Amino acid sequence: MTPFLAQAATEPINRAELLADDPLWLILLKAVVVMLIGPIFTVALIVGERKIVGRMQNRPGPNRVGPFGLLQSLADAIKLPFKEQVIPDTADRKIYFLAPVIAVVPALIGLAAIPFGGEVTIFGEPTVLQLIELPVSVLLVLAGASIGVYGIVLGGWASGSPYPLLGGLRSAAQVISYEIAMGLSIIGVVLYSQSMATSGIVAAQADGGWYFYLLLPSFVIYMISMVGETNRAPFDLPEAESELVGGFHTEYSSMKFAMFFLAEYSNMVIVSAFATTLFLGGGMFPFFGADAAINQGWWPVLWFLAKMCVVLFGFIWLRGTLPRFRYDQFMKLGWKVLVPAALVWLLLIATVRALRNAEGVSTGQILIIGGVAIVVVVLLMLLIPEKEIPDDEAAVTTTGGGHPVPPLDLKVPETTPRQKALEAKRRSEEKRQAELSPSTAGSPGAPGAGSKEGESHGDL
Amino acid sequence: MRAETPLVLAQAGADATVSTGEAVAFWVLGPIAVAGALCMIFARNAVHSALWLVMTMLSLGMLYILQQAPFLGFTQIIVYTGAIMMLFLFVLMMVGRESSDSVLEVLRGQRLMAAVLGIGIAGVLAGALTRALADVPPAPAMNPWTPEGGGAGGLARVIFQDYLFPFELTSALLITAAVGAMVLAFTDRHSKQGRRSQRELVAARFRGEYERPSPKPGPGVYATSNSVATPALLPDGSIAPESLSDLIESTPTAQLQAHRKQLESRAAGPDTHALAGPEDGAGDGEAAGGTATATEDAVTATEDKA
Repeated sequence: MTPFLAQAATEPINRAELLADDPLWLILLKAVVVMLIGPIFTVALIVGERKIVGRMQNRPGPNRVGPFGLLQSLADAIKLPFKEQVIPDTADRKIYFLAPVIAVVPALIGLAAIPFGGEVTIFGEPTVLQLIELPVSVLLVLAGASIGVYGIVLGGWASGSPYPLLGGLRSAAQVISYEIAMGLSIIGVVLYSQSMATSGIVAAQADGGWYFYLLLPSFVIYMISMVGETNRAPFDLPEAESELVGGFHTEYSSMKFAMFFLAEYSNMVIVSAFATTLFLGGGMFPFFGADAAINQGWWPVLWFLAKMCVVLFGFIWLRGTLPRFRYDQFMKLGWKVLVPAALVWLLLIATVRALRNAEGVSTGQILIIGGVAIVVVVLLMLLIPEKEIPDDEAAVTTTGGGHPVPPLDLKVPETTPRQKALEAKRRSEEKRQAELSPSTAGSPGAPGAGSKEGESHGDL
Repeated sequence: MRAETPLVLAQAGADATVSTGEAVAFWVLGPIAVAGALCMIFARNAVHSALWLVMTMLSLGMLYILQQAPFLGFTQIIVYTGAIMMLFLFVLMMVGRESSDSVLEVLRGQRLMAAVLGIGIAGVLAGALTRALADVPPAPAMNPWTPEGGGAGGLARVIFQDYLFPFELTSALLITAAVGAMVLAFTDRHSKQGRRSQRELVAARFRGEYERPSPKPGPGVYATSNSVATPALLPDGSIAPESLSDLIESTPTAQLQAHRKQLESRAAGPDTHALAGPEDGAGDGEAAGGTATATEDAVTATEDKA
């Protein structure tokens, strides 16, 4: 085993020991700060997003409240809780109330495992800028994400109307499929750093190089699935405005709606912080060693937040740039592209790892073997015959632009299978109704007096 | 689940050095887990049942974490709570929120058999548990930071070296089940050659394989209403029947039916939005212009038919 790996393994234990020494007031202080990061970033992000998307679309964005409109989300945050709560009659009330809470709480917990920086002294107490240090803190973040989705799914279900239900269903399917890709991309990092502790991963990157270029496929897959996991554009299918009104939060108003908002933006913050930790070297400033003054004390917090903001800007950029995916395309991307790619990449990493761990295999040999493998794969791909495009003889005549036009003697069929089915359904229903109430089954109100007609026109 | 809680209890009893925090956590999480399991059984609504089960699983995961097995605990939460129960919920939501358990006995003697078997299992469990409670060597405290202490590395060594063959057998079984489910569930929705492309669909529409070449009319949007349940109007003021969706389930069915009947009964006459006078009844003697437009409408309608 190479020396830096051994160090990466011991690093989290030292941090864990330091954290275990924390007095209660320090733990409470850290917990409060970690919990506040989510809401504060939410407030800042909403204004930032509206301003940035506005500039991308050649308009100023919010510019009324405060200097440059910077206080807009504060005004919104005050407004929202005081708005009227509308609860649909068909809602399952208990779950309807519970859903926003379930969405928010894991979103606030997730940041606990993120190492914001190294060793510092707070009021004379040496500690580490991290709330908890677990041997499996990577899993803590994943678990938080998987619980948070319950809020969306249940909110959609409990609203008791079809659009939210569709949004909830989409969200459930989306999370199940994209969590697999996300987990597989994280496994690459874990294999490479030989640690499942977030601080161990950061330490391994400080010594061996950042993983966003060492494990580029993992990084790309994580970035894509991270957007899918947080329901952000272009993957915001659970709340697709053009299809589902508001998706899962259609029936939510007032504070509960605000909580869904908070959950969404906090989740963005968490996945960005997680991406920074896993792939962008955590709080490390590049080009200097971990012992440089710029990487000591409170400086890493600044670098960490800066990297996080870059990732968050990426979220907003995506939203301003890309149109929403169609649902089947989205699923296809997840299952047929991301998951297989992640699996193949994982196999590759595991092979390289095994070869490296084995004695007497040099880097040159690995490269030669890899090169031969690539050549063989390319040669094999040449053997695959090209796809033949069938020449359709019975094609519809097209205009010069290639657009099909109807023939002059077009015959539209009188009945189609669907019409027939609908007719049969209608008949059977009429029959059933007639059986149910033979006495009341009269003639369906004949086209009657003008006064009645005038009345009933009103509700059109 | 029932097996789990007393075992922990047994360990806590045998190990004299159980810390206060652990005891408190156990007495908080244990009852929650049991309550969740009971509520899961007795809840009427299937989704509520699933949620109670989620609560049980979550408290079990937390118990694992407290017992110095964080990897196991988080895996429990991610795999069971995050993935499996989410799939359950997905299916339950597809089934529909109104569906509850039927109390009708479909299989004859099913309840009797279930009761006998249930009591039998309870007896077996109780027997095993009493033995477990009587003599349990306290487990040594493990360090989850080391591979030997239940960390991921140690588990991987056990699974992929000592028990590789059973593990592979299990995975083969699971893959068989997954492939089987896919084969059973797979239906080729369209034709032998699979899905049609957009281009082929357009061609097929113009060839007359579908109801109509153009999309169906959308619902009517007027100053008085923008509901999807409002029908669109044709140029002559009559109602376009295709604009009424058959798929809107949220509209209470009876209401929708009544509304449709009302609309059907009105379909013969012109509409207020159509700038056409009523054909018969009270509006007959009003003005000659009204009847004129009505006849014009009739003419255009017959022309359309031809």
